[in-house]
Amino acid sequence: MAYSDKVLDHFKNPRNVGSLNKEAKNVGTGLVGAPECGDVMRLQIEVDEETGLIRDAKFKTFGCGSAIASSSLATEWLKGKSLDEAGKIDNMDIVEELALPPVKIHCSVLAEDAIKAAIKDYQDKNGIQVEAAPSEATA
Amino acid sequence: MEKRRLIYLDNNATTPCDPRVVETMVPYFYEKHGNAASRSHHFGWEAEDAVDYAREQIAQLLQVEDKEIIFTSGATESNNLALKGVFEMYARKGNHFITAETEHKAILDTCKHLEKQGAEITYLKVKEDGLIDLGELEAAIKPTTVLVSIMWANNETGVIQPMREIAQICEKHGVLFHSDATQAVGKIPTHPRDIGVHLMSFTAHKMYGPKGVGGLYVSRKNPRVKVTAQMDGGGHERGMRSGTLNVPGIVGFGKAAEIARLEMAQDAERLSRLRDKLESALTQLEETKVNGNVGSRMPHVSNISFKHVEGEGLMMTFNQNIAVSSGSACTSASLEPSYVLVGMGLGDDLAHSSIRFSLGRFTTEEDVDEAIRLVANGVNHMRELSPIWEMYKDGVDLSKIEWSAH
Repeated sequence: MAYSDKVLDHFKNPRNVGSLNKEAKNVGTGLVGAPECGDVMRLQIEVDEETGLIRDAKFKTFGCGSAIASSSLATEWLKGKSLDEAGKIDNMDIVEELALPPVKIHCSVLAEDAIKAAIKDYQDKNGIQVEAAPSEATA
Repeated sequence: MEKRRLIYLDNNATTPCDPRVVETMVPYFYEKHGNAASRSHHFGWEAEDAVDYAREQIAQLLQVEDKEIIFTSGATESNNLALKGVFEMYARKGNHFITAETEHKAILDTCKHLEKQGAEITYLKVKEDGLIDLGELEAAIKPTTVLVSIMWANNETGVIQPMREIAQICEKHGVLFHSDATQAVGKIPTHPRDIGVHLMSFTAHKMYGPKGVGGLYVSRKNPRVKVTAQMDGGGHERGMRSGTLNVPGIVGFGKAAEIARLEMAQDAERLSRLRDKLESALTQLEETKVNGNVGSRMPHVSNISFKHVEGEGLMMTFNQNIAVSSGSACTSASLEPSYVLVGMGLGDDLAHSSIRFSLGRFTTEEDVDEAIRLVANGVNHMRELSPIWEMYKDGVDLSKIEWSAH
């Protein structure tokens, strides 16, 4: 199976690889997937407490090229967004942007789950109640 | 990822044709185009002679009689013919077959098919080193057992089963012994008559011959084995496999067998040295594991798990330069890792982290040196990206984490 140029680009030059201090109050961490499934994503957001916008995002991913590209792309998209906007990122947006084939759609789902999990972690840490709880967060 | 000549380390998938094989085949596409079954003219006789000669070349490699070789389209067909053919031919004797969980799909799926036809199949587990337990094999034999089918060497790990011991057990209990020897024939000595194997599947394209031609050895005496044909037609191949013979393919197969017979020992010695070099260099990396019994293994194969790195992602770091296979089938919806490695007791995570290197006649020392460099770089790169590598390095017990399986 051939990868799209965008997947290859993110794979060769992954954006925002790394770690944020997960103990910090303004950092939300999402860890989704499982080693035995062949995919683990850790996605972190750092929120600017004055503006409420995501100031920084980092990831590390154990997985195939599409999983790495999906999480790399997600961190690019997250920066500068409000939590509300971030929560609306849909896996199909990632599929479209990276031209993922059907067998790789689960990679985009995992990235969406990771975003939601990171937001939820931040909200939990800061005692933010969400009216309509995001139901798809899995971690 | 710099661009250079692609290094082919996936010879268990298929081997390139030896140029000497291709050269031998060429006349049989045009000048000598006859049908080996045309008994009435020169073209037919010429083709028949060529097929006879190839059969002789293969018989010499296997140290059997030429009449004991049935030509097929490949090892998948040979496996189907052996299992289905024995099931039908020996239906009155019994319906029980014994095989192993780590067999190729051509065996396992054929067994699944036969189960629907009323066969009873025992799938033996393998030990951690990939070998079957001989005690379990013997214990599984019962009065209705007609066939034991155990592969000679495994495609993913290169592990060689204790063929002689298995044959002795089969002999003792009077059951037939079939072996899928696809990965072994032409690379290590495979002499079914001497060992006590009654049916043996093999194919040309794993031994530097062409694709689309294979063989099934069927013992003609002590015991005289017969299989029910699975294709009806002109009664070719002693009635066991109808269909016009693939003459150029068979000619190439014969040549490949002759070259293998003459050069096997030197190839094996050279390749095991290169394989050992590759393996010892790559296992210098932290947290690696060689899969399969290293004392009973094909000379050209190495299967290595690189912990906390996913195999398909790892391959992507070097697949512009090196062709290998991964134990992680991340392209299927189920994301299932190699059942062979899982069958050996490897966790799914380690199976996802494994790479199979299979060297071949045309692999050079420079290829191996380059592969070592590129794979080591790839592993280090992927570990930088891996959250579980970071956790491992931070001393986190990964087994204590509640993962969200998906």
